[in-house]
Amino acid sequence: MSNELRINKNNFIDQTVRISFKFNGKKLFGFKGDTLASALLANDIHLVGRSFKYHRPRGIMTCGSEEPNAIVQIGSDPASTEPNVRATEIELYEGLEAFSQNCWPSVNFDVGGINNLLSPILPAGFYYKTFMWPASFWEKYEFFIRYSAGLGKSPTKADDDLYDHQYAHCDVLVIGGGISGVISAKLAVEKGLDTILIDDKNFLGGSTIYQDEESSKINNANSNQWLAREIESLKNYKNLVIKSRTSLAAFHGYNYLLAREALTDHLSVHERKNKIRQRLWKIRAQKVIIASGSIERPLIFNNNDRPGIILSSSIKKYIDYFGVKTGKNISLFTNNDSAYETAISLSKSGVNVNVIIDIRENSDSNIVKEAQKLGIKILWGHTIVETNGYKRIKSFEAMKLSSNGGNVVGNKIKFNSDCIGISGGWTPMVHLYTQSGGKLQFKSNDNIFIPDETKTPSEQISVGSCNGDFELDDVVNNTIYNVKKFISLDKSSYDKINVTCSKESSKKNIWLLPSDKPLYKTKPFLDFQNDSTAKDVKLALREGFKSIEHVKRYTTTGMGTDQGKLSNMHALGIIADTTGTNMGELGTTTFRPPYTPLTFGTIVGRNVGKFFDHTRKTAIHNWHVDNKAEFENVGQWKRPWYFPKNGETMHEAVQRESKAARESAGILDASTLGKIDIQGSDASEFLNRVYTNAWSKLAIGKCRYGLMLNEDGMVYDDGVTTRLAENHYIMTTTTGGAANVLSKLEDYLQTEWPELDVYLTTVTDQYSTISICGPNSKNIIKKIIPDLNLSDENFPHMSFKNSKIDGVNCRIMRISFTGEHSYEINIQSNYANDVWKACMDAGKEFNITPYGTETMHLLRAEKGFIITGQDTDGTLTPSDLQMDWIISKKKYDFIGKRSLYRSDTIREDRKQLVGLLTDDPKEVLEEGAQLVEDINKKPVEMLGHVTSSYYSPNLNKSIALAIVKSGKKMKGKKLIVPMEEKNINVTITDTVFYDKENKRLNA
Amino acid sequence: MFIINCPYCGKRDQVEFSCGGEAHIERPKQPTELSDDQWAEYLFMRKNIKGVQFERWNHTHGCRKWFNMVRDTSNDKIHATYKMGEKPPIK
Repeated sequence: MSNELRINKNNFIDQTVRISFKFNGKKLFGFKGDTLASALLANDIHLVGRSFKYHRPRGIMTCGSEEPNAIVQIGSDPASTEPNVRATEIELYEGLEAFSQNCWPSVNFDVGGINNLLSPILPAGFYYKTFMWPASFWEKYEFFIRYSAGLGKSPTKADDDLYDHQYAHCDVLVIGGGISGVISAKLAVEKGLDTILIDDKNFLGGSTIYQDEESSKINNANSNQWLAREIESLKNYKNLVIKSRTSLAAFHGYNYLLAREALTDHLSVHERKNKIRQRLWKIRAQKVIIASGSIERPLIFNNNDRPGIILSSSIKKYIDYFGVKTGKNISLFTNNDSAYETAISLSKSGVNVNVIIDIRENSDSNIVKEAQKLGIKILWGHTIVETNGYKRIKSFEAMKLSSNGGNVVGNKIKFNSDCIGISGGWTPMVHLYTQSGGKLQFKSNDNIFIPDETKTPSEQISVGSCNGDFELDDVVNNTIYNVKKFISLDKSSYDKINVTCSKESSKKNIWLLPSDKPLYKTKPFLDFQNDSTAKDVKLALREGFKSIEHVKRYTTTGMGTDQGKLSNMHALGIIADTTGTNMGELGTTTFRPPYTPLTFGTIVGRNVGKFFDHTRKTAIHNWHVDNKAEFENVGQWKRPWYFPKNGETMHEAVQRESKAARESAGILDASTLGKIDIQGSDASEFLNRVYTNAWSKLAIGKCRYGLMLNEDGMVYDDGVTTRLAENHYIMTTTTGGAANVLSKLEDYLQTEWPELDVYLTTVTDQYSTISICGPNSKNIIKKIIPDLNLSDENFPHMSFKNSKIDGVNCRIMRISFTGEHSYEINIQSNYANDVWKACMDAGKEFNITPYGTETMHLLRAEKGFIITGQDTDGTLTPSDLQMDWIISKKKYDFIGKRSLYRSDTIREDRKQLVGLLTDDPKEVLEEGAQLVEDINKKPVEMLGHVTSSYYSPNLNKSIALAIVKSGKKMKGKKLIVPMEEKNINVTITDTVFYDKENKRLNA
Repeated sequence: MFIINCPYCGKRDQVEFSCGGEAHIERPKQPTELSDDQWAEYLFMRKNIKGVQFERWNHTHGCRKWFNMVRDTSNDKIHATYKMGEKPPIK
C-alpha cells in the first residue's frame, strides 16, 4: 500500500485491521471502514472505468450514491456477481473482487476509446439519426449496437442469496442520519413517538460528523463533537429504532415507503453463509421527516471529466473521514465557500493546496479569511479553460472571466495538479419528496428547487439541506423549529441552542463556463456516465426540442444508473440560459423510484421457487404422484395431464386412455372444477338472471348445463348446476374461472340486485369430484353403491341422487363431458382418496383407466364440447359458438342479453366456431395455426385460427375445432392452413365428430 | 399505496382491495327497451376524469363487500367511502 497517501489521525477508519481485496485482478490492501473507492484512492488508483459512449477514461468523482463513473462489477461467481455497483458505496471486506466495466480488453487500453476520436461525428441523437436507414440494414446494425451497449455483466446462474421482506409501522420515520435527521429523531422521541431513523451509511452523522472546524460551533463545542454526543444520547430511547446501511428506495402515497437494508454486503464471503443478504422494509409511517441532505454540484467546463477531478466536498470526506489524500498537489475550482472548507482540511492534513480558482470577484466570509491566513493562493474571477492528462489529470489552464462571465480574457495561466476539487454549489435531494407527489418551488438566489410546503401531499416535512438550508445555524435552528411544529412539541432540550458558523457573503453561478476555444471544439461534460455534453443539450434545442423531458431522452442526459443526480440541474440551467426561460417555469424531469438501484433479489424477497405462487393440490394428488402422472398447471392447480405406462410417450398414453374411456371405463379427478353453493328463496330467479337459459322449472334432483355471459354478450364461463332442494343449488364453474365467477356473482348480488335473497359460498376445496365414464361406469357404481337404483327411469342422464359410500354421504350426478354414460361422485374431500381407491378396486375387472386433462380435452373435442378459455377468448357470443339453443327466448333479461342483438353481434360475418378435418387424416394441426382461403392473394387474408386439435383414436383420424369468419355458412368448404414447411388442406365440418345422436349417453 | 377506510371493517391497506371502476352507473332495469346507442352508453362509456371521481371498490381480501369511494385522481386523496346504496356524502 502506498502509505504516503494515508494520514494517521482518524476516528472512523480502523488502521489496525488490514483488508486485502482485488481490483482488476491485482491484489491490494485497505483498512476496516474503507469503501472500495477510498481504498483505491489510497492505492493511488483513480482510473476505474470508461465512459459509456466515447470510452473516455474516468475516475472516482464523488464519495456517495451520486457517483457516475466508479461503477464496478463485484465478484466473479456466476450466481452472485453484481454489475453497476458504485465503488463509493461498497464497504471493503476481506476477499472483495471488483472489476472495471465498459472497457475491453482493459481499463488501461480500451478499444472503444476510438469512439472518443470519432466524437465529432457522434453528436446527440446520433443513433436515432444514423441507424434509421435503410430499414433493411437494422438487423446488421442491431448486432453491433447490442454488442457494444450495456454496462456490466448479468449473473448467469440463479442467485443463491436469501432476501427478505418485512413490514414496519411507526409514528415518525426520519430519513437520513445527518445533523438535521438526528435532531429530528431526538425531538420525536422526546415527544414519546415511536420513531424509526434510517441512514444508508454504517455510521450516523452525515457530513457534519467529520467537520472539525473552529468556525462551526454548537453550544460552544465544535459541531462534530456536539453531534457525536447527540448520536450517543439517542441510544437511551426505547422508542427509537435506528436502521443503518438502509437506503430509502421509494416514497409512495399515504406515507408508504420502501427501504432496503443491506445486512451482509459488508461481510466477507464466508461470514455471509446462511444469512439474509438484504431486507426490503415496507414502512407505513404516520409522519415522515425527510432529511436526505444535498449533493455538491460539479462545474461544467472544457474537459471536466478527467480522472483526478473530484467533487470538492468528496475530497474533504476522503481526507477527514477516510484519511486518504486524493492527490499530492491539489487545486480547487469553485463558485462558493464550500471549497474553502476542503482547502482548510487539506492544508491541516499536510496536503499542498496549489491554488483555489474562484469564479467570484471576491468574498470576505470567515472561512475564506481562514484559508487566506493559512497562505492558500486564491485566483478570483477566473475559470479553468482546459485540462490535460489522459488517464489522470496532470495540469490545467485558467483565464480571467470577462465582466459578464460569458467569455474569457487575458493570458492563460498554467498550473500543475494531480487532483482538482470542483464545487458548483449544492443541489437539495428532493427525489423522495417528489416521488411522494410533492411539488417543487424554485429559489433563484441559490438556483435550487426545494419542496413547496403548501403542496405537500401527505404528513411529511423536509428539513436541513434537502429543504435548502446550507449553513449550520439555519440547518439546526430551522430543523428544530419546523419539527417541533410538525409533531406539536412545545418544549425540547434544544430550546436554548446556540449555533455559530461562517456565513457565505458572495454568490455567483455560471451553468456553462466559457473557454478560449469555441464551444464546438470543447468537451464540457454534463452527464459523465452517458457522455452527454453541454453541446449536446444546445444541439437538441437548436433541433427544436423544448421540453426538458424530450431533451433528456434525446441527449440521454440523466438517464444513467445515477439518474442525473449530478447533471440534471446544469442541463436545466443551460436550457434556461439558451432559451431565455426562467428555471422555475421550466420545471424538472420526473424523479421515479428507486432512488438508487435495487437488486431483483430484494424486490422479490422470499417469493421465489415454490413460493412464487400458491400450489393447489387435490385430495387425490398423492395417488396421482404414486401412479406416475405427468402434471399440468391449471391456474394454481396441479392437474394430472396424462398417466404414462411403461415408458409411453404422451401421445401413446393419451391414445390408450381415450380408447379405454370409450370402450370400457375411464376415471378422472375433476376436483378442481369450481363449486359454488347457492341458497336462498330467490336462488332460482338469481340463476335465471346469470345464465342464458331458463332455470325456474328445473325439477329438484335435476342438473342443467348453463352458459354465463358478460354484459357485452361474450361467453364468460360454463358449467353444470344441480338443484339439490327447493332453494338450494350447487353450481360448477371452470377450474380457472372459479374465483372470478364467484366475485362477479357477488358483485351483482350486492350492487344491482340487493333485493334478492341469495347466499353464495365457495365449496371448491370442501368437495372432491371423481368422474367415471364409459360403458362399464354403471357396473362400477353398482359395485360401490349396491343399493342405488341405477336404471334410466330412476336415475336418468342430467339428474342427481344423494347416497352413501361406506357410510359417507355423497352426491352422485349423472352428467357427462365425454359423451359416454358417466357419473360424478361428489364427496367430502377428506374421504376422496379412499373413495378413489375403492373405485379403482371396483373397476379393476373392467380395466378402469385413470386419465388426465389431455384425454378429457380430446374426448370432449370428439363431441364438439367447448372449453371456455381455449375455444373462446372473450370475443365470441353463444351464437358464434353455434349454441343458439341455449339462449332462452322467453326470459325478459339476463346478463348480456341486450348485447346479443347489437348491430355488431348480429353481423353474419363474425368469427364462428366450426369443426375441421384434414384431407390427410394422419395430419394433426397445430393449435393457433391460421386459416386462409386464397394463399396467393396479397395480402393474405386470415380467416381464423385453430382452437383445439387432436388425433382421435376412436375415429382414427385427426380432428380440430376452429373459429372462422362466416364459418357457419362455410360447411364443406376447403381452406388452407399454411405452415412453415407446407400448406395443409382442410375441410370445414360440423363441430360434433363422434356419436352425433348421443346414443352412448344411455349405453 | 392508499389506506382505505372500508365502511364495514375500518382502515386497511390498499393490497386488500380491488377497484371496480366508476360508481353510480346503474344497470338499466329494462335493457330490451334501449336503443343500441343507449345500451352502449351504459356498457362502454366511462368518464375517467382528472379530479374528484366516484369509484366502486371491493374489500376483496377482507369482508368481500362492495362500497363506493370519492377519490381525487390528480393527487389520490380519498375524500370519503360509503356503503352501496347510500348517497354520496360529497357532491
